[in-house]
Amino acid sequence: MRRVAITGVGVVSALGHSRAAFFESLRLGRCAIGPIESVATDGLKFHCAAEVRGFDPLQWFDPRAVEQLDRSVWFAGAAAAQAVEDSGLGLRGPRAAVVTGSSIGGKVSEDAVYRQLYAERRTRFDPLTIPRVMTNASASYLSMRYGVTGPVYTVSTACASAAHAIGQAFWMVRSGMVDAALTGGTEAPFTPGMLRGWEAMRVVAPDTCRPFSLERRGLILGEGAAMFVLEPLEAALARGVHVWAELRGCGMSADAHHITMPSADGAAAALRAALADAALDASRIGYINAHGTGTPANDATETRAIRQVFATPPPVSSTKSMHGHALGAAAAIEAAATVFALHEGLLPPTMNYLTPDPECDLDVVANAARPATIEFALSNSFAFGGLNAVLAFGRGDLD
Amino acid sequence: MPETLEERVIRVIAKAQHIPREAVSTDSKFEDLNIDSLDGLQILFALEEEFNINIPDDAGQRIRSVRQAVDGVAALVEGTGESVNMQ
Repeated sequence: MRRVAITGVGVVSALGHSRAAFFESLRLGRCAIGPIESVATDGLKFHCAAEVRGFDPLQWFDPRAVEQLDRSVWFAGAAAAQAVEDSGLGLRGPRAAVVTGSSIGGKVSEDAVYRQLYAERRTRFDPLTIPRVMTNASASYLSMRYGVTGPVYTVSTACASAAHAIGQAFWMVRSGMVDAALTGGTEAPFTPGMLRGWEAMRVVAPDTCRPFSLERRGLILGEGAAMFVLEPLEAALARGVHVWAELRGCGMSADAHHITMPSADGAAAALRAALADAALDASRIGYINAHGTGTPANDATETRAIRQVFATPPPVSSTKSMHGHALGAAAAIEAAATVFALHEGLLPPTMNYLTPDPECDLDVVANAARPATIEFALSNSFAFGGLNAVLAFGRGDLD
Repeated sequence: MPETLEERVIRVIAKAQHIPREAVSTDSKFEDLNIDSLDGLQILFALEEEFNINIPDDAGQRIRSVRQAVDGVAALVEGTGESVNMQ
């Protein structure tokens, strides 16, 4: 089996429109949560989110493409352009894959035309509605943009979408099925309907996101995309390119338990599966980027899951406290944060942390990044519907 | 001077295709303007909006040039009785 290197990283998030801006924000512990600007929140119980502000798609696409693509694909395209340029790898042809994750697809475009239909009683529909709204629009766009003619598809598993996507791409490169993959996740969920749906679930915090903290009151929605170029480590070394990190393993599981309540056993099974797939003992893990949504249920359950697997849990943080919960893009953005931790020797913090919660008795990296030279790290993703995926990463310079 | 129907059609096509109006003439074929089938759908939609007409699917499929678009729109506009400066 081949080892798999990450040679390209691209990020668009509330913390900025580039990988450099994202990394710098993690270093400084910048929190991008603020009043929602893209949607009117009158009558909503919450008013804060982590939006991607000031994103100009014309910096990344020609005007015709901007019209044809949903906001979620703008993010995917911008993140992918960064990752591909970073890696310097040509992805063209049948030996390359694109696997993207997205929970809800082109919701912003869908909301706009449904508003015309239901509220404005318009009788004509924009003919680009269907291709703009389809959840695989980002994968299709990227395949055309880079000439990728191998396996190209989208995985939709709610808040774990990008982790399942990256895991699938990783396995394809590791097994030799393809020689390169462009993978990650994207999401643009800010529409009146989606905000109402989240409000009705009573899981969104009215103030901010405080994962693992006693005062946590729920999640804060985010948006954006992160994309990665994967290739065999041997090929990357032969090309002499920079290796950000190594993707070592992926573990998946399902709770088969409840549509919204997480199960510690299911999450623990995914953690164990990731360690087994990476052939790593739990004691080798130096950091966990938690799912850490900031809801009372997730963080306590995730703590129990981590304690089931780790006799002495490594430091843990949730970067959702900075970039929000980007749903189908969350695992990709957090994979980038995990790559940052390994590459920079700096564990990104859980911001807005106040008081330790006895139900979350972990070593939480709180309110400031923590220097730590580590070899291996995990990134957790646990979705509504009980679908779990954990990615295992190694530092890029390990033998 | 008010815009003629022909000028309106050309304006709509040029805008939908993101090309200068001068690049579009009554004699232009869609093929020459790089208008593919999806672009064609957008142009039909834009023409329907501009003239407040409904272009039937089969009639829409036959439109492959600016002249055919102008003639098709003119016929439909006459049908709706909308006042258009035909010059």
